[in-house]
Amino acid sequence: MMPDETEAPLLRISALTKRFGGFTALDNVSVDIRPGERFGLIGPNGSGKTTLINCISGAFRTEAGTVVFRDEDITRLPPHLRTRRGIARSFQIPRPFKSMTVAENLMVALDFAAVTDEHVSAAQRRDTMMSILTRMGLASKADVSATKLSQVELRKMELARAMATHPKFLISDEAMAGLSSSEVDEVLDLLMSLADQDITIIMIEHIMQAVMRFSQRMMCLDAGRIIAIGTPSEVMANQRVQEAYLGT
Amino acid sequence: MSRNSLLFWIGATLFLVATLVMTQVIGNEYPFFACYVILQFIVLAVAWSILGGYAGYVNFGTSAFFGIGVYTAVFLFKAAGAPLAVQIAVAAAIGAFLGFALGLLTLRMQGIFFSIATIALTIIIETTVTNWRFVGGAAGIQMQRPPVMAPFHSYVQMLFFVQALLVVLAIAISRYIQNSWMGRGLQALKDDELAAECTGVPTLRLKLLACVVSGALMCAAGAPAAMYLQYADPSSAFNLNYSVTVLAMSLIGGTAHWAGPVVGAILLGATQQLLTVTISSEVNVLVLGVMLVLFVVVAPEGIIGLIRRVRRNRKEGAG
Repeated sequence: MMPDETEAPLLRISALTKRFGGFTALDNVSVDIRPGERFGLIGPNGSGKTTLINCISGAFRTEAGTVVFRDEDITRLPPHLRTRRGIARSFQIPRPFKSMTVAENLMVALDFAAVTDEHVSAAQRRDTMMSILTRMGLASKADVSATKLSQVELRKMELARAMATHPKFLISDEAMAGLSSSEVDEVLDLLMSLADQDITIIMIEHIMQAVMRFSQRMMCLDAGRIIAIGTPSEVMANQRVQEAYLGT
Repeated sequence: MSRNSLLFWIGATLFLVATLVMTQVIGNEYPFFACYVILQFIVLAVAWSILGGYAGYVNFGTSAFFGIGVYTAVFLFKAAGAPLAVQIAVAAAIGAFLGFALGLLTLRMQGIFFSIATIALTIIIETTVTNWRFVGGAAGIQMQRPPVMAPFHSYVQMLFFVQALLVVLAIAISRYIQNSWMGRGLQALKDDELAAECTGVPTLRLKLLACVVSGALMCAAGAPAAMYLQYADPSSAFNLNYSVTVLAMSLIGGTAHWAGPVVGAILLGATQQLLTVTISSEVNVLVLGVMLVLFVVVAPEGIIGLIRRVRRNRKEGAG
């Protein structure tokens, strides 16, 4: 189902600018993400994709522009408060809590991010955690140390930990980089199943088949600017996108 | 209450009863004099570990907090003749405040920068106290102990018991933090601060909390020291040796569990007391250094880490 275009955006980025010293990593970027959308973010290396999601998740402070999430200006909020409002992310290079087991990694999210008014017992949280792990195909690894996981398991654990924060909006930063093609399909199916549960997802990816298959709408960044936005086929057909990727 | 908690509190009560009985049956003052130092180091090491161990922020400012504790007691005693309990309580309050201020100033820095900032703090505070005439300045100040309260026969015995109370308090707090959501949050931010923040952990607030609790306990541990020595001077109250010794005790014991610094402080503290009596106090520092190097090489996660590793191997071997 395509999201309704007349609906208010879930996330509205307006005129966002981020500089590192004299280098402008994001230049006046504006985009709306609609509720329930599967959104693909592409662009050559160094084009500002990860910078953009760092600005959305709060890891970076921006020089100008605003980020509005569910009608609330979150531009100045620290990352943990954005997480509590429903923005979750995975990292390009997995960042597990290494001294913990897979289950404990998820418990951090359940303890801190998924806070609700009603009291949730330890047993209930354990159930929630196990159901997320089961969905991610990690149930058998619950009590394994995070350092003992394979690459694809680490990627899944990152997504599982993000899911445990009870997000409305999930940012997947190259969750498939370095995986075999069957593993890519596995992770892609996972993300698809999450999108079916009313979670809006931004996917950053270099694997074109994956991001084309996943996205309802795509955006291409180059040198900190949006050079194309539209349906996957429109974006791929765009002259400037082809130039940016082929370097001509 | 869980079985573990029950055992813990039974142990703590037994410990306090034992210390109280000791003060009633042992007439010689020396054991109390020696054990007081060990107890004091347990409090300091446990307090250090709350920030340095759980959160992974290596604090070299132990001597600053300790010294502030000493001089809070000196000031209160000289200015108002305040009783010991008040000295300790006020020292803890000042330590909490100082921890909060230090945290606000420095906790945005990470790794080595934070550690250097805490050393700088020690030097600034020591210089200030050295130039403060009212509490004796650089020459130090003599303290006259007030009469001892019943049921104790001597002031050192009383200080020994008071420090034992502080030990139980410090361990109970540290244990509570470790087992609560705070402990999990601190462990997460120690592993990866950005990932923790993005998983909903309020990292700055948790670090501040750890700094406040740690600072309060360190100052409280320092407060009775003036009466213990009946003398205080800046260069011994703010001696960097406290920072180094406490750090060594925590690392040698292991920082992943509240029991680590306790084990480390007892082991190193007892060794130091033995060496002071049998050889000389200078050898202390040498032994400290050798032990630290030895543990860093052989058991980087301390005695607690070593025990866990042995247990795990045995379990895997059996399975």
